[in-house]
Amino acid sequence: MHSSWQKALSWGILALGFAFLYVPIIVLIVYSFNESRLVTVWSGFSLKWYGELFSDRQMMKAVGVSLRIAFMSATSAVVLGTMAALVMVRFGGFKGKTLFTSMITAPLVMPEVITGLSLLLLFVSLDQFIGWPGGRGMTTIWIAHTTFCMAYVTVVVNSRLREMDQSLEEAALDLGANRLKVFFLITLPIVSPALVAGWLLAFTLSLDDLVIASFVSGPGSTTLPMEVFSSVRMGVSPKVNALSALLVTGIASLTFVGWWLMRRQEHKRLADLQAAKRQQEMV
Amino acid sequence: MKAAAERKIWRPGRSLVIAVPFIWLLLFFLAPFAIVFKISFAESQLAQPPFTNLVEWAEDMLTLSLNLFNYKDLVEYDLYLKGYLTSIKIAFFSTVFCLLLGYPIAYVISRMPPHTRNVCLMLVIMPSWTSFLVRIYAWMGILKGNGLLNNLLLWLGVIDQPLAIMHTPTAVYIGIVYAYLPFMVLPIYANLVKHDHSLLEASADLGAKPWTSFLRITLPLSIGGVIAGSMLVFIPAVGEFVIPELLGGPNSIMIGKLLWAEFFNARNWPGAAAVAVVMLLLLVLPLTLFHRYQARDLEGREDA
Amino acid sequence: MALPENKAKQKKVQLQICGVSKDFDGTLAVNNVDLDIYQGEIFALLGASGCGKTTLLRMLAGFEKPSAGSILLEGEDMARLAPYQRPMNMMFQSYALFPHMTVENNIAFGLKQDRMPKQQIADKVAEVLGLVQMEAYAKRKPHQLSGGQQQRVALARSLAKSPKLLLLDEPMGALDKKLRTRMQLEIVNILEKVGVTCVMVTHDQEEAMTMADRVGIMNAGILSQVGSPMEVYERPNSRMTAEFIGSVNLFEGELVVDEVGYVEIASDSLESNIYIAHGIVGSEGMALAVAIRPEKINISRTEPAQAHNKARGVVEDIAYLGSHSVYHVRLPSGFKVLASVANSNRQIASDEQQRITWGDEVFVSWSDSCAVVLYS
Repeated sequence: MHSSWQKALSWGILALGFAFLYVPIIVLIVYSFNESRLVTVWSGFSLKWYGELFSDRQMMKAVGVSLRIAFMSATSAVVLGTMAALVMVRFGGFKGKTLFTSMITAPLVMPEVITGLSLLLLFVSLDQFIGWPGGRGMTTIWIAHTTFCMAYVTVVVNSRLREMDQSLEEAALDLGANRLKVFFLITLPIVSPALVAGWLLAFTLSLDDLVIASFVSGPGSTTLPMEVFSSVRMGVSPKVNALSALLVTGIASLTFVGWWLMRRQEHKRLADLQAAKRQQEMV
Repeated sequence: MKAAAERKIWRPGRSLVIAVPFIWLLLFFLAPFAIVFKISFAESQLAQPPFTNLVEWAEDMLTLSLNLFNYKDLVEYDLYLKGYLTSIKIAFFSTVFCLLLGYPIAYVISRMPPHTRNVCLMLVIMPSWTSFLVRIYAWMGILKGNGLLNNLLLWLGVIDQPLAIMHTPTAVYIGIVYAYLPFMVLPIYANLVKHDHSLLEASADLGAKPWTSFLRITLPLSIGGVIAGSMLVFIPAVGEFVIPELLGGPNSIMIGKLLWAEFFNARNWPGAAAVAVVMLLLLVLPLTLFHRYQARDLEGREDA
Repeated sequence: MALPENKAKQKKVQLQICGVSKDFDGTLAVNNVDLDIYQGEIFALLGASGCGKTTLLRMLAGFEKPSAGSILLEGEDMARLAPYQRPMNMMFQSYALFPHMTVENNIAFGLKQDRMPKQQIADKVAEVLGLVQMEAYAKRKPHQLSGGQQQRVALARSLAKSPKLLLLDEPMGALDKKLRTRMQLEIVNILEKVGVTCVMVTHDQEEAMTMADRVGIMNAGILSQVGSPMEVYERPNSRMTAEFIGSVNLFEGELVVDEVGYVEIASDSLESNIYIAHGIVGSEGMALAVAIRPEKINISRTEPAQAHNKARGVVEDIAYLGSHSVYHVRLPSGFKVLASVANSNRQIASDEQQRITWGDEVFVSWSDSCAVVLYS
């Protein structure tokens, strides 16, 4: 039913959309290899900005802080987010479910300045009354990131749980496994691709956050985006280009590998299914 | 019946599994708002923490002092009023642009064969997984006076004076649309891809031309995705800080930036809290709208 | 069920399908189909899933383009017309009711596309709603209706534009069995009241036989037989048709005696020849098959008096199906004969017949005229 001009229009729209999305990133990466300090004038290929980046101790320290926080936040967000998804999908109704659902959906859109400020004021008040968490630093950033990342994990795991055939759990129960075993032996393996995807998403979100971290960080816990932001505020610098290029390619390849692994698994599953069908037909 | 079966499976330990994420969210998501609200009535002071207590116990007297000064400031200085208006205006038009650009993309992708569809979707999502800050930074190099766009246009002879895009509302629009486009495409795509193709065939069968079918069938049925996507763009955009800070100028001072300045530069925490409370009040309606559609999705309900 | 052969001859042809084929990447889903549909008849395309019947229907509606051949409606070629330009309407298997519109608006949708005046639309909607007895539900949304009600609305919607041809895609596919039988007759009544020409697609032979004036059997893209339900059941023209419609005892054999008044066919499955009391087209030594329906087979404990068409066997299984029972009788050759016995007979039958049970030695027999010879 597709006429050729419709097809052309479709591809035109996509080409335009993808150009808009990717040209700035590509430009950024290309200019990270620029010899000149002036970011916009090409004067020859050079890796010197990468060298300068790696010798920037402050920057490298921030990378370490960010990676550590991202790792911890992603892990705890996956644990909490999976529990929340389980509650939403498998637990039916309970008192306060509407409130629970609201607290899952709201962090997805809540402006970061509000989340950041409110968490900071909470930590300060807590310090005042119970003496915890005792100043700001990695712990407070970890709590803040866990809270907003878990909402994303919940959404990802939620959709996978809903797709899952619940009779599998019932069958395992019927065969004598207790509820905890059913969860760890049946449910968890089946939703594991979503857990991996959720973890990766949470990891990149945490790694990326500037605003919330700025509010709740303390001395000695400067994250990478904070470091980048303070140098970007001063204007465009080729060192930041180099860092950005590394970040973009690193995260993109990580995402791509994750996506590719999941796709391969899916393909294998389909192939197995077809092989089984053929075998059945031959019998 | 189904609910009963669910309950049977997860009975023991149920309360614990509910309690852990619930309490976490109550403590670290909901309670902070109450504290923001409380502190917005406090007074700024030079101390640690930099605000006064609302309740004082001194000389056998319990005094509760509610300081409305912060809110009075918001009304009296038109800087804030303008900030709110600018934020809502910029967020609104950015949402419209995202919709105009994102809907066709989502539509085209949803009509592709499954294999191509997944690849294209991946390409749409990928930028949003890479650093937000970096992507905005990339536009700084493109848009500034001696930036790539101007150099290109000058070289092509389209213009003979560099365009002043950087530090204007235009730059902010470009940045927001660029950063939030994937969030518009995804929910609309997720909605469109679920559509039953036979509805369009039925519509054609009953005499509707393709464009009429789109307007009367596809568009109304995708309204849920459009609302979810629009709220995913609009709400965070209202409070956006990084984009107006890096790309904007004096004509695009958004409320997120004012809050930031109040907090970090003026160190007026109660003032910042009041700015946040008012922003939150403005966002109650969009938040409710978003919640309605998102909750339906999360709970797997299909009713309209 | 009237024999439409005569009825059809006086009627004019409404739809002509001439040499239509559909090629999906090298596989022929529909293979050179020729078919005339007469005005006012209900025609059923019957076949297993994947036989090409749905593709043929979708080509009529215009959702698929034929790779070859032409489709003429009242003599006008449909090839150039898009689905929305064709004066025919379809009831979809899933009903495809617009979920965001009320029943009323669903039905009015097609009329609005023709820019009909508002009052006229309202009148027409009321009329078809009355036809399917759904007046009380005009303001409901589709998801507030039961499956049967949704079907009525879908039917009303496809009738609202008074199409020259109504297409039904598996009309009962989404209903449960009990509702199905009731709706089959109800829909036929409505269609006859309207007098619309109708082509339906189904995989359910009972449905096709109940609803249609004529049936077309499709197999692997080929239209293998067209006729009234009785014709295709009583006089199948191929092994495929015979086996597809109802159950059948199929004896593979060879023509050994070919006389003007009778023929005899030898089969490895039977000890004696099959005797058929009329001549057939063929020559001695020709391989063919003989089909005998289970209800044409008699079963008895004592040897019947007739000279031909009987065999000894052992009852291996009895399937009690309520209105009738099917006896599975194993012959000495190993061939299994199915014999269907109505249970009204069984009740009043002699003690002898009632006593027939598992393991009994019995005779199966059939009359000289009830066997059908199949060449392909």
